[in-house]
Amino acid sequence: MIRFDNVTKAYPDGTVAVDRLSLEAPTGKITVLVGPSGCGKTTSMRMVNRLIEPTSGTITLGGQPVSGTDATELRRKIGYVIQHAGLFPHKNVADNVMALPRLLGLGRREARTRALELLERVGLGPQFADRYPWQLSGGQQQRVGVARALAADPPYLLMDEPFSAVDPVVRAQLQEEFLRLQREIGKTIVLVTHDIDEALKLGDQVAVLREGGRLAQAAAPAELLARPADAFVAGFVGRDRGYRALGFAGTGDGVIPAAEPAVVLGATRAEAEAAALDGWILVTAPGGEPVGWAALDRLDGDRVTEQDLNLSATTARTDGTLRELLDAALSSPSGRGVLVDAEGHLAGTVSPTAVARAIEEAASATAPAGATAGSVEPAAGSAAEAPAGSHL
Amino acid sequence: MTAAEWLRHNAGEIADLTAWHLWLSILPLLIGLLVALPLGRLAHRSRRLYPMLVALAGLVYTVPSLALFILLPKLLSTRILDPVNVVIALSVYTTALLVRVVADGLAAVPADVIQSAHAMGYRSHQRLIRIELPIAVPVIAAGLRVAAVSNVSIVSMAALLGVPQLGSLFTQGFQLHFFTPIVTGVVLSLVIALVLDGLILLAGHSLTPWQPRRSAR
Ligand SMILES: Nc1ncnc2c1ncn2[C@@H]1O[C@H](COP(=O)(O)OP(=O)(O)OP(=O)(O)O)[C@@H](O)[C@H]1O
Ligand SMILES: [Mg+2]
Repeated sequence: MIRFDNVTKAYPDGTVAVDRLSLEAPTGKITVLVGPSGCGKTTSMRMVNRLIEPTSGTITLGGQPVSGTDATELRRKIGYVIQHAGLFPHKNVADNVMALPRLLGLGRREARTRALELLERVGLGPQFADRYPWQLSGGQQQRVGVARALAADPPYLLMDEPFSAVDPVVRAQLQEEFLRLQREIGKTIVLVTHDIDEALKLGDQVAVLREGGRLAQAAAPAELLARPADAFVAGFVGRDRGYRALGFAGTGDGVIPAAEPAVVLGATRAEAEAAALDGWILVTAPGGEPVGWAALDRLDGDRVTEQDLNLSATTARTDGTLRELLDAALSSPSGRGVLVDAEGHLAGTVSPTAVARAIEEAASATAPAGATAGSVEPAAGSAAEAPAGSHL
Repeated sequence: MTAAEWLRHNAGEIADLTAWHLWLSILPLLIGLLVALPLGRLAHRSRRLYPMLVALAGLVYTVPSLALFILLPKLLSTRILDPVNVVIALSVYTTALLVRVVADGLAAVPADVIQSAHAMGYRSHQRLIRIELPIAVPVIAAGLRVAAVSNVSIVSMAALLGVPQLGSLFTQGFQLHFFTPIVTGVVLSLVIALVLDGLILLAGHSLTPWQPRRSAR
């Protein structure tokens, strides 16, 4: 556990970067610090491994105040990942990863073996081991940075905007992999980002900081969306937080997929016409995975081919979130959202109305007595009593 | 006496002079580098010392070599013919040139690299030796090449004091009104300069296999 106790940092020029911060980052969990630029996220994080010394207050690591330990020894127990990875340009990937264990006396042979294991963990094959950092893409460098931070198997990990220097596609991929990795390694992590979506996606706990380095709210993502503490948090988590909150709500027993007839890619026009509902036929791969919708009146030729497919629809897993479910329903050209089981096979479809009903049920099951679905949005600066959902 | 005859007669002496010249150029290069490393590091670390050390180094570099050759024996109470004067003078020049090079080389190490080493738990000397200096090698090697070539040419000056090296051939030719020794001296100095330059280039490359090379791009 990492604990901030009334921690303040004032820089010599008078800037108060962090103001009486009290926060606990629980063991084995990801705590995300999020907030606008300059609100003291990096400063807060760097006080943990004593790259910056607090002006007042204490930070403890597993109960031990960090100020009482040798700073270098402390840092060796805390993995650190920064935005552009900061890899050593003169060391190849394997040597970068193992730099710290080698410094602490690990033999060359062992280091090499361990480096390859770690690289594999972060999704890099052995062919990367002998490359130099300039021969890697930004996303690959970032993975090496993560592997390097894990090399000495530290119980703690600090990450300062680790995924913000890569394009959105790679970022989403790195985030997924990071979550998977964390499920395996269970480190105590503090991660800094200015991206609220990233914070909500990655954090077990999200701490929203505001200008002047004050903590606005620290809570689980769903809680933050459902009950923002004040107008600042409400504004920061965004106007579409009602929709986002669905991303944290499971479908539960709320929806029962309706049976949906489907044909396999390559089926004849006659087969498609016989099976279709409302002019749309769902097409699957031979294995049963949905691949797209085909409109009967636009079928081209005697058979259903890939050219006939409308690929706009997303699919939702039966054990997925309400957000996926709603998106599947809204994105489907037939109006019927496609559900798949854990293996990716077609499980049926749902209508937007069925999804809406499921959302209502979920809301009434979780809302505290007296409150209606969703949360109350306070107007800036006042405690307005707007009814829930009125801004939709 | 023809050029060929002169060369044949003096082959032994020419070889000796070349060896001396090489030695008088290389030794100060090594000493200068060893002194410049800590000084350059000092200049790099202190915002106040940097301009002072760089200005001082520039000043030293403007002292004419001949003046230094003549002053040093007085300061050190060595004999004026002692080659040690030449070694010391050239070491001073090399140091003056390299202090700034080392400081700038260290300053060119990317900040995020230094920061991550710091955050990983490198102590400052470990960081210097394992991270900063290796990354500064290309800059330092470039500075060494300049210093090497300039040493080779300055060494010739020592002929005026009678310290033996290739410059002695210039004085000899001048006194005898005979061109061959002069040409020989010039050519051999040039060869030494080129060889030293190439050696440092090679050493620099072999120390930095990590650098993107044009051919590898
Ligand atoms: N060395 C310093 N001296 C003076 N002020 C500083 C120093 N470092 C940071 N600050 C100030 O402290 C405040 C917090 O900085 P910090 O880097 O912690 O912000 P941040 O939340 O990480 O911002 P960003 O999202 O832009 O990275 C800022 O106002 C910044 O200008
Ligand atoms: Mg920052």
